[in-house]
Amino acid sequence: MTQPTTLYDKLWNSHVVSVDQGGTAVLYIDLHLVHEVTSPQAFEGLRAAGRKVHAPQKTFAVPDHNVPTTADRLQVIKDPEGRLQLEMLESNCRDFGVPYVPISDIRQGIVHIIGPEQGLTQPGKTIVCGDSHTSTHGALGALAFGIGTSEVEHVLATQTLVMKKAKNMRVVVDGKLPPGVTAKDLVLAIIGKMGTGGGTGHVIEYVGEAFTNMSMEGRMTVCNMTIEGGARAGLVAPDDKTFEYLKGRPYAPKGVLWEQAVAYWKTLKSDEGAQFDKEVHLLADDLVPYVTWGTSPEDALPITAKVPDPKSFADPAKEVAAARSLDYMALTPGTPLDQIKVDKVFIGSCTNGRIEDMRAAAEVMKGRKVAKGVGVLVVPGSGLVKHQAEEEGLDQIFIDAGAEWREPGCSMCLGMNPDILKAGERCASTSNRNFEGRQGIGGRTHLVSPAMAAAAAITGHLTDVRKL
Amino acid sequence: MEKFKTLKAVAAPLPLVNVDTDMIIPARFLKTIKRTGLGKSAFYAMRYDERGNERPDFILNKDAYRHSKILIAGDNFGCGSSREHAPWAMADFGLRCVIAPSFADIFYGNSFKNGILCIVLPQAEVDKLSALAGSGNTAGGEFTVDLEKLTITAPDGSVTSFTLDGTKRHNMLEGLDDIGITLKSVDAIAAFEQKQHREQPWLS
Repeated sequence: MTQPTTLYDKLWNSHVVSVDQGGTAVLYIDLHLVHEVTSPQAFEGLRAAGRKVHAPQKTFAVPDHNVPTTADRLQVIKDPEGRLQLEMLESNCRDFGVPYVPISDIRQGIVHIIGPEQGLTQPGKTIVCGDSHTSTHGALGALAFGIGTSEVEHVLATQTLVMKKAKNMRVVVDGKLPPGVTAKDLVLAIIGKMGTGGGTGHVIEYVGEAFTNMSMEGRMTVCNMTIEGGARAGLVAPDDKTFEYLKGRPYAPKGVLWEQAVAYWKTLKSDEGAQFDKEVHLLADDLVPYVTWGTSPEDALPITAKVPDPKSFADPAKEVAAARSLDYMALTPGTPLDQIKVDKVFIGSCTNGRIEDMRAAAEVMKGRKVAKGVGVLVVPGSGLVKHQAEEEGLDQIFIDAGAEWREPGCSMCLGMNPDILKAGERCASTSNRNFEGRQGIGGRTHLVSPAMAAAAAITGHLTDVRKL
Repeated sequence: MEKFKTLKAVAAPLPLVNVDTDMIIPARFLKTIKRTGLGKSAFYAMRYDERGNERPDFILNKDAYRHSKILIAGDNFGCGSSREHAPWAMADFGLRCVIAPSFADIFYGNSFKNGILCIVLPQAEVDKLSALAGSGNTAGGEFTVDLEKLTITAPDGSVTSFTLDGTKRHNMLEGLDDIGITLKSVDAIAAFEQKQHREQPWLS
């Protein structure tokens, strides 16, 4: 009898080209997503060595990090360095025969939004991209992880990566998420529990009722933030919801191939009795909306809590880090989290820029007005999300409330394009990282769900959306 | 890639946990199309004030540590973004080795591809080395990292052993390029693609 294996084991084993005695494997990559920031040096490396792209049709490129989100972006991109990266992506794709979606295309958007949206992301595939949030694609049962630029070059040249297998970890969440509590709150709670290094060296499979009941968009939010817990990849085993989501999408298999693919995809799950090296358990029933107070995603607490006292941390290194965080965030221990005032609200990113996120924010903002002095950016994750939202009239809800409705891109998630915080500004953000300076030099980030961000926009301070 | 056999240099202690790659190199510096030139922006927010002047308290701004090639850091070093600009910036600054209780996975892999040796040691041993590296304005003297022997010799002569994956060690010692090695497996890759095409025709 064969040993029971995990979903990760199956995905890994089915892509090993060769493996040496020390366990270092050559792993085949089925899909390589490319964007403008982490690829120029890789293409330059190929050119210098006289190499070509091994499998251009398994590669797919789109600009997202640098692109402005204002309506005039097709006419003018002011930043010369950002513009050069965008031009280089286009010319590199042309020179090497890589499929490329330009800014003017309705499909353009954040690379991790458009992979699933186009049906490029499929169960059982290995997917990489020079971006740590590639973990998003694991929501469809693909083994997906971020890589550095040397690895981007390696995949371009060989369609493989050289790596060792990670360990297996399982996060089990039983019960049902209460009303007003979303996938974002759950993943912040998970990271708060296991810490930003809790998943290091592991691939996490998410199992339990909370994930079974979760929408595909919600699963993508959870897998997206897996990297904030230190694990390079997150997984949800594919089910009927996954197949329903994929069916008919442009790059999904069709006809007989679809039937064959689904039959195979149904085998992609952890066997009964499969061993995990590490486990974390949570109960969904008791969860409340979460916010972050510090400068690490693990600094997450229920909105009903107070800013913690650094002295309350048992670990001296954590005490030092908390004191540094509170200094940067300009927060005083003991302040109720729902009394923290915000200057800006950002709704978007690869974490929360999908149609479900737009709907959740619109539901809260409908018929209400943004608080005086608060600037609100709503940035759909792709041109198709934007189109869908406009079909549903969501754009008008945001505009009527006093928010800005933008063009798709990474926007205010990372301080690389014109959408940045000024020094000292505080933002309720649906993005993924609250690091020092992440949204702009001296900017202060509180990570929240789209509904919580919308609630903060209305009241002008962090707010428990359930009370609004 | 430059070979790495031994490294003799001053070590700078940076005992912070969760130093993320945005701290190592902020996103606004990623708009480059080169691998070089990022050293001046490494650890930007810790190193410079709002006006761009050096912060005298930051360890790498102190005369004794300006030419450090070794960093002794806290838990979960290099977490966050996958940007290889982080090790590029560190290498361009002159750092060739980081010693910490743990590293984020992507940063760890990226570093080795750029000739930066990441050494994992238990917290207590990192603390000991950190203390020997000095503080204030006086460096503790030179440390010697020997990749062949897998040892760190501190200025006081004490020797700490470490372990490293055999493949990584070999590639660092020989300065090998991964792509060149993998391309020797071109037949195995082609065979894999044919088998996958037969068994999972929807993929190609």
